[in-house]
Amino acid sequence: MAWETVIGLEVHSRLATKSKIFSGAATAYGADPNTQACAVDLGLPGVLPVLNEQAVLMAIKFGLAINAVIPERSIFSRKNYFYPDLPKGYQISQFELPIVSKGRIDIQLEDGTTKMIGITRAHLEEDAGKSMHTGFGDQTGIDLNRAGIPLLEIVSEPDMRNAKEAVAYMKKIHALVRYLEICDGNMQEGSLRCDVNVSVRPQDQKALGTRTELKNINSFRFVEQAINIEIERQIDIIENGGEIIQETRLYDSVKNETRSMRSKEEANDYRYFPDPDLLPVQIKPDLIAKIRNELPELPNAKKQRFMTEFRLSNYDSGVLTAQKEMADYFEVCVATAAGEAKLSANWITGELYAALNKENKDITESPVSAELLGGMIKRIKDGTLSGKMAKQVFAGMWNGEGDADAIIASKGLQQVTDTNAIEKLVDDVIANSQAQVEQYQNSKPDKQSKLIGYFVGQAMKQSKGTANPQQVNDSLQKKLNR
Amino acid sequence: MYQSTLAQLSTALESGQISSAELTRLYLARCHKFNNSLNCFITLNEELALQQAKYADKQRMAGNATPLTGIPVAQKDIFCTNGIKTSCGSKMLDNFIAPYDATIIERMNAAGLIILGKTNMDEFAMGSSNETSFYGPVKNPWDKNHVPGGSSGGSASAVAARLCPAATGTDTGGSIRQPASFCGVTGLKPTYGRVSRYGMIAFASSLDQAGPMTQTAEDAALMMNVIAGFDQRDSTSAAHPVDDYTAGLNDSVAGLRIGLPTQYFGEGLDSDIAKLIEDGIKELEKLGATCREIELPNTALSIPAYYVVAPAECSSNLSRFDGVRFGYRCEDPKDMSDLYLRSRGEGFGKEVKRRIMIGTYVLSAGYYEAYYLKAQRVRHLISDEFQTAFNDIDVIASPTTTAAAFKLNEKINDPISMYFSDIYTVSANLAGLPAISIPAGFVKQLPVGMQLIGNYFTESRLLNIAHQYQKMTDWHQQVPREFQ
Repeated sequence: MAWETVIGLEVHSRLATKSKIFSGAATAYGADPNTQACAVDLGLPGVLPVLNEQAVLMAIKFGLAINAVIPERSIFSRKNYFYPDLPKGYQISQFELPIVSKGRIDIQLEDGTTKMIGITRAHLEEDAGKSMHTGFGDQTGIDLNRAGIPLLEIVSEPDMRNAKEAVAYMKKIHALVRYLEICDGNMQEGSLRCDVNVSVRPQDQKALGTRTELKNINSFRFVEQAINIEIERQIDIIENGGEIIQETRLYDSVKNETRSMRSKEEANDYRYFPDPDLLPVQIKPDLIAKIRNELPELPNAKKQRFMTEFRLSNYDSGVLTAQKEMADYFEVCVATAAGEAKLSANWITGELYAALNKENKDITESPVSAELLGGMIKRIKDGTLSGKMAKQVFAGMWNGEGDADAIIASKGLQQVTDTNAIEKLVDDVIANSQAQVEQYQNSKPDKQSKLIGYFVGQAMKQSKGTANPQQVNDSLQKKLNR
Repeated sequence: MYQSTLAQLSTALESGQISSAELTRLYLARCHKFNNSLNCFITLNEELALQQAKYADKQRMAGNATPLTGIPVAQKDIFCTNGIKTSCGSKMLDNFIAPYDATIIERMNAAGLIILGKTNMDEFAMGSSNETSFYGPVKNPWDKNHVPGGSSGGSASAVAARLCPAATGTDTGGSIRQPASFCGVTGLKPTYGRVSRYGMIAFASSLDQAGPMTQTAEDAALMMNVIAGFDQRDSTSAAHPVDDYTAGLNDSVAGLRIGLPTQYFGEGLDSDIAKLIEDGIKELEKLGATCREIELPNTALSIPAYYVVAPAECSSNLSRFDGVRFGYRCEDPKDMSDLYLRSRGEGFGKEVKRRIMIGTYVLSAGYYEAYYLKAQRVRHLISDEFQTAFNDIDVIASPTTTAAAFKLNEKINDPISMYFSDIYTVSANLAGLPAISIPAGFVKQLPVGMQLIGNYFTESRLLNIAHQYQKMTDWHQQVPREFQ
């Protein structure tokens, strides 16, 4: 039977505020346990939460970026459950009236088409602390540094149909929050993580199948693997006459399997109710207008601009704008390279991208700055460097040997473009290759275009790669066809 | 000297008639003498109080005194006090020494007041008799077989017996006014949000409000001048401008329009109390006030609504007492669930557990709308009803309680009857209105209070009316014989 998969994501994005959502404690990652937890974060008797305005502004920014409605009024609620790393015995979250209501995000599929994914809502909440099960004997350690870090939980409609779409969606959210500078997007540190709801149904069936929820996945790769393995598991069960149980499952990336955490029956009744310690949040239209005006250029708009302003292909524009830092790099590179956009795009998506990937580096950690790369491209454009020489220069810059001009000078990589010198070189090659000249001149034109390669090769070899290949080629054609 | 009001002590200190150190020793001595029989203090703050007093004397010498600098007062044990045990009347917090001061404490410290000690209270402020305290019941100084009321019973008893000139209390459903009435002292519950809740251990966040418990309305005004005001650490505190509460005390009450809700004078009210309140109102009429009957038809719904909303909030507020970070932890928990069940099971008393269970129930899936949301709707009705009434009147007068202080053990096993003893006080909490209870006479040698309820932020007016009343009467000056 043909099966259709239905996927919805809940993405938790850690907002990049300096202090916590309801207290003044710092939010920096990686501090010693419990050094960034104040009386409020510890849930001491008598303390009260005070809402961090920055978190609200960031949430609104996100809402506007996904064309969502920002309700005039939103409220915080308490989600009640007991766990040792949840100091108050409830999490302050939003239930009814979230800060961001319905919106949408466009994702790019592999075939180049665009698909719209609906966003049900996005709401603010506080993160819990961390339980540490190793290093304390048979006891558990609690680190409350993370308790109270602001999270924006972004809930999608069940609009995705396979793991690749889910990954594309997650990547788009990742790009958006970084463009908006509301989240550092560091997935290893858990700044962006997601819960995935997956179900399957026969291709022609309308009703949704029973879903399972895969918890706390923090890499694009794991999203894809977890979904695929879960789809397989579900189809397997149904095809063998079984039934899917609605439950929460954990993805084990080592064993590449999902395991049951708790079933629906064991699920908590969270007893949500409006938090009486916090007033409703009132958002005035002028605040929304102000934030809208201050929004940065977003990925889709930037991509369109790259296509028109730089005449780049749909594909190149998409790659270059997927990450804000990449797009910024490109624009600086072009400016330094005297407007050489296509060449810049090729170098960035080609040589640079490959080099970064090889060393597992982000564009922000690139040893070759946009200015350096742009400077080198300028030398390609003015004919100083051939493509081949440029690769040597690039390698030099990557190893910190200075800028393009310095490397050209130190390695003597200057390209020979002087017409007389080229003529002389070509004459030498012809004089030393009489047999080949004869063969050439006795061949038909289509064969000739292949044979000419030999002469070019000789010329380049003799000039140690410094001769301008195009000029050599032109000169050879002229002389051999005489 | 120990029978002096805050106003009188202020003058005595200012004139050099007595020093703060002497005054503090005097009250500490009275506390030592009488606390065993009344049980109104959980902690006496001897050492620190004397240090504070000496510092206050220096400040006064240096000319840095506020009107209340150097006066020792008692703090209800619900307020976090840095370095001093803050138990909230519970075994759960018997070992808890707060690492910070509540805003109200901070303000009183800044004004130079001395913390004499922490007063006994119903566990987590849940109770109307002070019998739910882990530290045992407080006795009513007028008759030690009777309860002092609750939950601020320790504060009321201590002020009534003049073990301290004034104290703080908190009022969620009547916890300042009812014990004030039972012990013959003046107790003001300000408008919700007038006094910061930061550092006050939460019972029901949307109802809790701290206020003064004093001998006179004038003293309550002096305390309000210290404790009232916006606090950025409490999002629900009011940014409304703060009055000088003493400024209008001597304003005339001529032309004051008093409303008497028929629902507060009907069935269930002790006839002797009804008579005393009528007499009290006559005193105000002599000063030029006029009276009329008004209707607050939803009064009967206030107790059911209150006993849904308050337990709901408390069930969540008390979740943090889990044995993990502070407070009571059971011996040798075998796993996480055991740690929770036994720490909470052993650390909380019966009434607290009862309310946590009620609250958990009314918030549960499937019951939330039928109970919690309905109770919130009732709350709106009650608020609206008061606003309608205040179109035609300035203040509401009523008895504070249906009867004088009941006997110890009389109601402790009958929670419903205990809950209904709050019938005249809970509405002001549900609506967030300010209300004061002032001594209005005695029924069988037990004091009885008259309640005045005003519109939002009219504390000055309430204190003004109460002060004018106290200028005409001497009920508030009575001290139980044993403590004279």
